[in-house]
Amino acid sequence: MLTLGIETSCDETSVAIIEGDADSGMTVLSNVISSQVALHAEAGGVVPEIASRAHLTMMEPVLAQALADAGVTGKDIGAVAATSEPGLIGALLVGVSAGKALSVAWNVPYVAVNHMEGHLFATLLENPGLELPVVVLLVSGGHTMLVAMDQLGSYRVVGSTIDDAAGEAFDKVARYLGLGYPGGPVIDRLAKEGDAKAIRFPRALVGNGLDFSFSGMKTAVINYVRKHPEAENADLAASFQEAVVDVLVAKTIEAVKVTGANAACLGGGVAANSRLRERMAQACKAEGIPAFIPGREFCTDNAAMIAAAGAWRLKADGPSGLDSGATPSGGRSTLFA
Amino acid sequence: MELRTATNNPDQTKELAASLSRLVKSGDLVVLTGDMGAGKTCFTQGLAKGLGIEGRVTSPTFTLANTYDGRLVLNHLDVYRLDDPSETLDLDLPEMLETGVTVIEWGEQIDAVLPADRLEIEIRWPENGEDDKRVIKLTAIGETWLQRSGDLARATGEWATKC
Repeated sequence: MLTLGIETSCDETSVAIIEGDADSGMTVLSNVISSQVALHAEAGGVVPEIASRAHLTMMEPVLAQALADAGVTGKDIGAVAATSEPGLIGALLVGVSAGKALSVAWNVPYVAVNHMEGHLFATLLENPGLELPVVVLLVSGGHTMLVAMDQLGSYRVVGSTIDDAAGEAFDKVARYLGLGYPGGPVIDRLAKEGDAKAIRFPRALVGNGLDFSFSGMKTAVINYVRKHPEAENADLAASFQEAVVDVLVAKTIEAVKVTGANAACLGGGVAANSRLRERMAQACKAEGIPAFIPGREFCTDNAAMIAAAGAWRLKADGPSGLDSGATPSGGRSTLFA
Repeated sequence: MELRTATNNPDQTKELAASLSRLVKSGDLVVLTGDMGAGKTCFTQGLAKGLGIEGRVTSPTFTLANTYDGRLVLNHLDVYRLDDPSETLDLDLPEMLETGVTVIEWGEQIDAVLPADRLEIEIRWPENGEDDKRVIKLTAIGETWLQRSGDLARATGEWATKC
């Protein structure tokens, strides 16, 4: 069966079509992400960074391209899944409304998906036979958490940030250094030209449980630059990135050991960081832990992972009602035990 | 009305915020301003603890808005990433402002769409000061806050010296 997924919880408008589900194996037929395609001209030029209006403008062309890329039409689709939480209410409603409308038009089930569960399913897209339990490091601009994925639908947060997310620290350090936005890719690139050992920034909470703290690391960079205005941006970027990656890798390995998981997986936008991918693979290999690192397009926000979670949720729980809404807030999630 | 105070470390910033939590009411707006890394989220964590919120309060820079349930509902927003006040339409601010205490980091960036009545809190590094020290300025604006200016001064306690 083909599942069409829709993701509009944050900045990206994305529509994807997958075949199959987590039990039978999945094939991604298309995965269109608004920022990766030349749709801005069709959308009339300037697109606001964050706005439901942007999603509204992008939805039709992104949907059309997802169907075209997959070589299918609406009558081939068996179910529609859309992100219903968490995110911005205005942004979520665009995807939820589009999903419900398509479900009515095509007379197929609609299923509401939690965005975070989508990220957990990203690894399964490429590794359908993955034996649970695994530990997933979910690391993005909005989240940094270690999730024990015990079975499909059963997740525990075994560690999370007590202040800033790692991606946010990347972004803010980049802005502070005047490197531009988005900060993650900029620091990733610049760090390759710098010395990661030039400055020893603190590794917060390492050896002290599975929680993270990145606010102090961000402030440490700011304090350092205030005192050493001559410091090279490339060295600052490399040293800061190394500190963040050290913490993320050490705690992921620790979480796999503590929980007795079979493997370590990555998800979220920061999982696209080249140094994190490299160091995670190395560290897992050294420890004899299998590492599953999804392709970059499945790490950042995308609809293929939403279709994957939706296809499984539909089998497990049945369809969502057309009267079901969107739940905006972080801070009140019920996905994790 | 303006109050100035200073804290020596992040824990003191949280304590100051917790003491202010006793006088906030549902419907209040608190606007936090100040440099990156100054401690706006840290302040909100203290306020949340004072409001009896047990969950972990993390930065809403990317999520834009997080809501927590305590003695009062706390809406914690960060509009740092917004380029234009019109982008707040996605947040449904009027609803939030009615349902709880709303704290907005970098709130000055969307001044045009915020109510006039608010408590403004500015957190800065001291001139040539130590890494952990912060200078904090509290400004009560509008009738609802001016009525509480005495309580505000008392709650600010030993840190506060009236300007």
